[in-house]
Formats: sequence, structure tokens, C-alpha cells
Amino acid sequence: MDSSRFLSTSVTELKPSGIRKFFDLAASMDGVISLGVGEPDFVTSWSVREACILSLENGHTAYSANAGLIELREEISLYLDRKFHVNYEAEREVLVTVGASQALDLALRAIINPGDEVIIPEPCFVAYGPLVKLAGGIPVYVSSNSNNGFKTLPGQIEKAITQNTKAVLICSPSNPTGSMLSRKDLEKISVIIKQHDLLAISDEIYAELSYDEEFTSLASLEGMRERTITISGFSKGFAMTGWRLGFAAAPAPLLQAMLKIHQYSMMCAPTMSQHAALEALRNGEEDVQRMKTDYRRRRNYFVRSLNEAGFPCQTPGGAFYAFPSVEYTGLSSEEFAEQLLLEEKVAVVPGSVFGPSGEGFVRCSYASSLAQLEEALKRMAAFMKRRQRSGAHWKTLQDF
Amino acid sequence: MKLNEKETEVLEILEENSRLPIASISKMAGITSEEAEQIIHKLEQEKVIIDYAATIDWRKVEGHEGVTAMIDVKVAPKRGVGFDEIAERVYRFKEVQSVYLMSGAYDLSVVIEGRSMSEVARFVSEKLSTLDSVLSTTTHFILKKYKHDGRIFETGEEDKRMVVTP
Ligand SMILES: Cc1ncc(COP(=O)(O)O)c(C=O)c1O
Repeated sequence: MDSSRFLSTSVTELKPSGIRKFFDLAASMDGVISLGVGEPDFVTSWSVREACILSLENGHTAYSANAGLIELREEISLYLDRKFHVNYEAEREVLVTVGASQALDLALRAIINPGDEVIIPEPCFVAYGPLVKLAGGIPVYVSSNSNNGFKTLPGQIEKAITQNTKAVLICSPSNPTGSMLSRKDLEKISVIIKQHDLLAISDEIYAELSYDEEFTSLASLEGMRERTITISGFSKGFAMTGWRLGFAAAPAPLLQAMLKIHQYSMMCAPTMSQHAALEALRNGEEDVQRMKTDYRRRRNYFVRSLNEAGFPCQTPGGAFYAFPSVEYTGLSSEEFAEQLLLEEKVAVVPGSVFGPSGEGFVRCSYASSLAQLEEALKRMAAFMKRRQRSGAHWKTLQDF
Repeated sequence: MKLNEKETEVLEILEENSRLPIASISKMAGITSEEAEQIIHKLEQEKVIIDYAATIDWRKVEGHEGVTAMIDVKVAPKRGVGFDEIAERVYRFKEVQSVYLMSGAYDLSVVIEGRSMSEVARFVSEKLSTLDSVLSTTTHFILKKYKHDGRIFETGEEDKRMVVTP
């Protein structure tokens, strides 16, 4: 008997993540240098790990309140105010979730009626589209362009708006391009969102990792607080991916709706992780800054070296991804990633898995030691030289 | 001496790894190789950069298993020169790795490295204790180094991440 006939259509129609395929291939090989990881290479700060151990010693092993420990919600509220100048009331406007992933899921499920459209600039985080679909909505992708550093243009968003549009999902700094929207960019986008009476979901998981300009939180802009669901978490800035801890902040009616779903589907986020997160917010600033300084230096090194090796790449303003073009190899992004892995044992992720605008580019994470980056670059340069000799289309950097 | 942002950046990068080639340092700091060389040269001249040293775990090298001792020294300060004169007489010995003036129960903290316990003991009893102003010494031998100058010896922390993640 074929048990797959029991599956729901929405799951059957869902395509498996393009990242999965590369994971399987890379994991089957030995000695791979991976630039394919979307997480920090730092282990969570010791003081945070220590706080978790202490909470276990103290026997904090029970459920917390559905919305999360009130101390943690208060600390998150203070943190958002201190860093990004947005005011959320801890009791009713902050929700502690199982990663930013769950916060995204809750936000979408709380707002989508069947057939509602959500505008998503791509290339983007692989989960956005599938989460919209699972919530019964329709993802409407808006392409972006390498010429302007993959920044989402307000005009493009406006063009994509229909009667069915419910929300716009913004992510800055972005996975996979690392591009960051300035305050001005966000202001222009917010004008359109307000004009068309839409909701914004702002994925700010990389907010702590912005290198060249100050991060602006969408909800801090005029008139945006009441129509924004802010999503963030501890995974990236605090190097806490495995702890599965994130949060959402939004006006009470929106947040309370998310809480309803959360309390039936998840009950609460892991209690020990919440205790760890408390320590991260109270005493973690220095560690966050130290990691950020390190990423910035590696970014500078990596991007300049990529350009020298013949992979044109703009300097990304945030996150820990570089998104170089592989055009001069004459290969598609998927061919490039596959051949680079097989021939040089360097894992990168083809840009096409993040959306059609990602074609011709690959995502490289520079959250790796300098020695690893150096070796990866050496291998990528060797790969490029071979393609060049074999007659692939080649231009100098000046032509780019 | 007041340093600008780029100079501080170069110093921090060097402190992390003084063996990085100029090409890498300049890329990390976002400056040209010439700029990086100029900055380093200037900071060497100004003795902001004092030396380039390696942190070595000598226990791993056969025939080099030395011992380190920390010695608490009580001294009688001298009129006019305070502790400086006696400190200088102590730090000039080649066996002495570092000398600090301390607050609290004793005055100077002296770190000595020697090939064996008896060599250190001899240094303390023959050279250090016999100095005029030294009143008493208490010697503590270091049994094992876990962390030194901010570097952890043998972390064994490897990359535990999956090869590809979203
Ligand atoms: C843009 C973006 N949003 C959300 C997430 C998920 O983060 P979390 O680990 O908090 O679920 C990721 C992780 O890669 C991401 O890149």
C-alpha cells in the first residue's frame, strides 16, 4: 500500500528545500571546507552556557508561561527599546518563540485567510514561501537586482500589490545576499505599505550583525508600529542557533492572536533556553560586539579576495553571507556549486535555491576561521583558472 | 599616544595573529597594503608594538619541560625611589619573566621560568632572597597551564556544525 496517499495536498505540493540536496551531497564527502553554513562559527558565550547549567542545577525544568518567562519578555522589551528605539509592552506585546522560525510561522498563520497574498522580495530565506503556503496564502515574489546590491525597491513592491495583498515580508540584513536596507530605503517602503494599508512582517534576525550603518527597525518608523510584526531571535547575533529561541513583538491584537496559536501548538519555548537568553540580554553585549568585529574583518578579507579571484561581489552590509557572481565561469549557479564541491571540495549554496534572482550567484558564508576562508579562496581561484583556460567567458573586474 | 580607527584595527588584528601577511591584514582592515605597512612601521617605531611573540606549549616539546613559579616578594621600599629600584634589579635577571607591583599581602609578584624545580629554588635562595631590600619570599610552582595571556591551551573545540544549513 502506498501510504503517501494519506498526505495533505499542501504538503505534497511543497517542494523540498534546494539546500537539502547540497547538504546530502556535501555530507557524503570527506574533507569538505564548508562555506554553506547559515550559522555562526562561534560557540555560544560561556557565560550564557553557564547560566543555563545553573538554571538546570536550580531545577528550572518545567513549562514556562505560554508567552515566555515574564522576566525574559521584560528584558526583550528593554533590549528592543535600548537598541532599536521601539516600545513594546512586555506583558501583551512580546512573545517568546521556538526560534525566529516559529515566530514567522505564527505571524503568517495569525494573519492569512485562504488566498491572501504575501509579498516577498527574493532571493530570500528558503522558508518564507513554504510557510506562507502552509498558512493557506500565496507568496508573491518580487525580484531584486545585483546592480543595486539586491536591495528591494519600493516601486517593485508597489507593482506587486493586488486586492489580495495582506502583507509584505521584509528581511534586512538579508539571507542570502547580506544586503541591508538603509533607513531611507525602509522609509520609502513604509510609505507604500501605509498607502495600501498593508501589514509588514519584519524579519530582523540579523539586526545585530550590521557593519557599516546603524540598523533601523521597521517598527520604529513613523506610523509603522501598529502595522508591523517584528521578528527576531538569538540564533545569529548571540550565536545560539541550537537553543531554538526567538521572539516576536507586535501590537497586542496581533500578538495575542499569535499567542493563541502558540499556546495550542507549542505551549512554550524551552525553559532552559529562556534562562540562557536572559543572561545573553543582560550581560552579552560585549560578546556580541566581539563577534561582530570579527565577522566584519572576515567580510572585508573575504569579499576583496573573491573580487581578486574573479568572482565579482559587492560588499554586503550585514549578516555573514557574501553573494558573489559566478557568471565568468560560464556555469549556472547550481552547476557551479556542484562542480566546485566535487572538484575542489568547497561547499557553497547555489543562489537559485533562494529564488530566481539568485541565479548566477552563490551564497558563501564567511562565518569560518580565516584559515578556512583562505584555503577555500585558494581552491575557488584554482577552479576559476581552470574554467578560464577551458575557454569560459571571462572579463576583467573593470568590465563588471 | 592617540591612534586613529585604522591604526587600532591593525593593532587588534596583529594581536590576534601577528603572523598574518600584510595582504591579509590590509584586506581585513579595509586599507591598502602600503597603508598597512606604514601603520605597522610607525607603531613599531613608537614602541606601541613592542615585539612579536608566539604562545608555545613547551610541555609538548621533548627536553623542554620547564617549570614556572610565581613568587610573592615582600620588600622594604627605599626613600626617593620607592619600589622602582628593587623592581628593576629583579626584572633584569634573565630567569625573570614578569614583575608586578601588587597591592595587598606582599609587594612584588615575580614570575620565574627555569628548567627544573631545583634551578628555580636555587635562583630564589641565591639571587632573589639575598637582595638587600627583600624581606621575604613565598614560592608557588605552577602545576599546569590552562589559560595564558588570554589563550586557552588545548581547547579541542572543533566545528560541530552541519556542512550546509539554511
Ligand atoms: C532570514 C532568516 N530568518 C529566520 C531564520 C531562522 O532563525 P531561527 O534559528 O531563530 O529559527 C534564519 C536562519 O537561517 C534566517 O536566515
